[in-house]
Amino acid sequence: MLNVDDIVVSVQGGPDIVRGVSFRIEPGEILGLVGESGSGKSMTSLALMGLLPPGLALTGGRVTLDGADITHLAPHQRVRREGCGKMAMVFQEPMTSLNPVLRIAEQIEEAVRVHDPDIDPGPRARELLDMVRIPDAAHQLRAFPHELSGGMRQRVMIAIALACRPQVLIADEPTTALDVTVQLQVLGLIRDLCDRLDMGVLFITHDLGVVAQLVDRVAVMYAGKLVETADVGPLFRAPLHPYTGALMACLPDPESDDPLLATIPGSAPRPIAIPPGCPFSPRCARATDLCRSGPVPLVHGAAGQTALCHFPLTERATA
Amino acid sequence: MGRYFLKRTGAAIITLIAASIIIFGFIHLIPGDPVYVMLGDGATPEQVALLRDRLGLDEPLVVQYLIWVGNALQGDLGQSIFFETPVTQVIREGAETSILLATITMIWIVVIGVPIGILSAIRQGSWIDQGLSGLAMLMASVPTFWVGLYLILIFAAGLGWFPSSGYPSIFEEGGLSNLRYLLLPSIALAAPNAALILRLTRASMLDVAREDYVRTARAKGIRPYRVVLRHILRNALLAVVSAFGFTFAALISEAVVTETVFALPGIGRTVVQSIMRRDYPVIQGVILITVCLYLVINLLVDLSYRLLDPRVELE
Repeated sequence: MLNVDDIVVSVQGGPDIVRGVSFRIEPGEILGLVGESGSGKSMTSLALMGLLPPGLALTGGRVTLDGADITHLAPHQRVRREGCGKMAMVFQEPMTSLNPVLRIAEQIEEAVRVHDPDIDPGPRARELLDMVRIPDAAHQLRAFPHELSGGMRQRVMIAIALACRPQVLIADEPTTALDVTVQLQVLGLIRDLCDRLDMGVLFITHDLGVVAQLVDRVAVMYAGKLVETADVGPLFRAPLHPYTGALMACLPDPESDDPLLATIPGSAPRPIAIPPGCPFSPRCARATDLCRSGPVPLVHGAAGQTALCHFPLTERATA
Repeated sequence: MGRYFLKRTGAAIITLIAASIIIFGFIHLIPGDPVYVMLGDGATPEQVALLRDRLGLDEPLVVQYLIWVGNALQGDLGQSIFFETPVTQVIREGAETSILLATITMIWIVVIGVPIGILSAIRQGSWIDQGLSGLAMLMASVPTFWVGLYLILIFAAGLGWFPSSGYPSIFEEGGLSNLRYLLLPSIALAAPNAALILRLTRASMLDVAREDYVRTARAKGIRPYRVVLRHILRNALLAVVSAFGFTFAALISEAVVTETVFALPGIGRTVVQSIMRRDYPVIQGVILITVCLYLVINLLVDLSYRLLDPRVELE
């Protein structure tokens, strides 16, 4: 079980990009992390992996996997630490995430050798390609990345991720760059692997359609904070946070006669200019002076639904 | 691979034909009668008639060109006006020095430029990186003749560790120890080029380090030094290898200066002297051989590029 407790990611000598994010992922569960570009989703996931780019650092909070503290550990340190749980990641860009000069087999076997040094990496690589349903695995193993389609490359990326037998798989917009039909196949594959391997998945996306189809629970991120967390059904039926509500309103409605899609006025604040109080208050129709200053309470709805809001959309919610 | 090789070779041959036309033509582009250009104004009518006949200057230009090319293909680049010997022999006499000088220089460039570039990139921003990068900038901006003169001043004239000029063949007395004559010139010639390769290696390593697939490699949990060697370095070297072709071109022109400074009996110095002597057949021959060499080197660079990067064939 992955437990993320109040993590903070900061730019060196600059503002915080992730400002105290907490969530947990159980085995066999898919948590969707939803938010606009720049809300801090990707940096949250890179921080969990220990892969933050230079200039960014995890400056607060704790990450534990099956009870072991993995905060601040880079992947190569995790591999070599006794009793340390495994986490793997699939990235957004399948076209650039594989090394162009190495054959597929070499890239998968390299990961196998790190995590299973005692087994023959060849057959294991084939097994992994079978797991991600790549047809004609023997042939594809000899291919170079540029010879494969985007969907195939993303499957290879998933195979590389599975090589470490992860308890948790982080998928950072893995289908955004793919065709719609291929998207569906990859989503189905991730769901299937999650169930079959009893693996937790953190699925990062900005696509609410994908959220509705795939995930079990949703965390909505805005300006570096989780503004709402809920099971997927309640979230779509009765969102608590006005931001979540506004996102839902932006989904196209086939029944509507209005030729225009709804939008949220204004734009998300940049990390250097986050307003005091609730970061969504400048764009929120319900905001009062109370929202524009001071701390924002966490309110609870039914079935573990929580939101950071003074005036949640559903009356039942209690502070 | 085979088709790629044929395509590249074909392109090289076309380039060679174009170059040969220019090389042949330049003597006719110089204002005035080429015979007077070659012999100078003080030539006697007999000399003029003899040379005109020997060069076949009474034939139409196209025929002259074809004769010249035909002879060149058979290894006959004409006669040196100054030495009265075949041009090929003049070139052969300078070849040993020049080939050895170029080889030793290329070795310096690779063993200095590439590893230090890697070190600089790995330690980006540290005092090692800043010191080495500063030194590289300095080396790249100082002209080779200046470096050469100072090397002579310090290590030859001052300390007396190395000879200051000349080069006896390694096939003569002294054997391989004669290579010490080439040490200072090769360092002078290598310095600016090694500096450029160093800068390129460093920049290219840092570029590749930002690639998505390097992040993928890190995510696998492989050790950082293996990420550098297997994923960053190999891709970074693609850019460096393709620069070797250009480096070689730079060497050819800079060697002319270096051979003059160190009084080496190489092809570069032969060209300088031949220009002063208006020994056009020698100049033509050297340029033609140089072009061939340059094309072969670039062909090799292209082929090794293909071996390093599997994507090339498609493009």
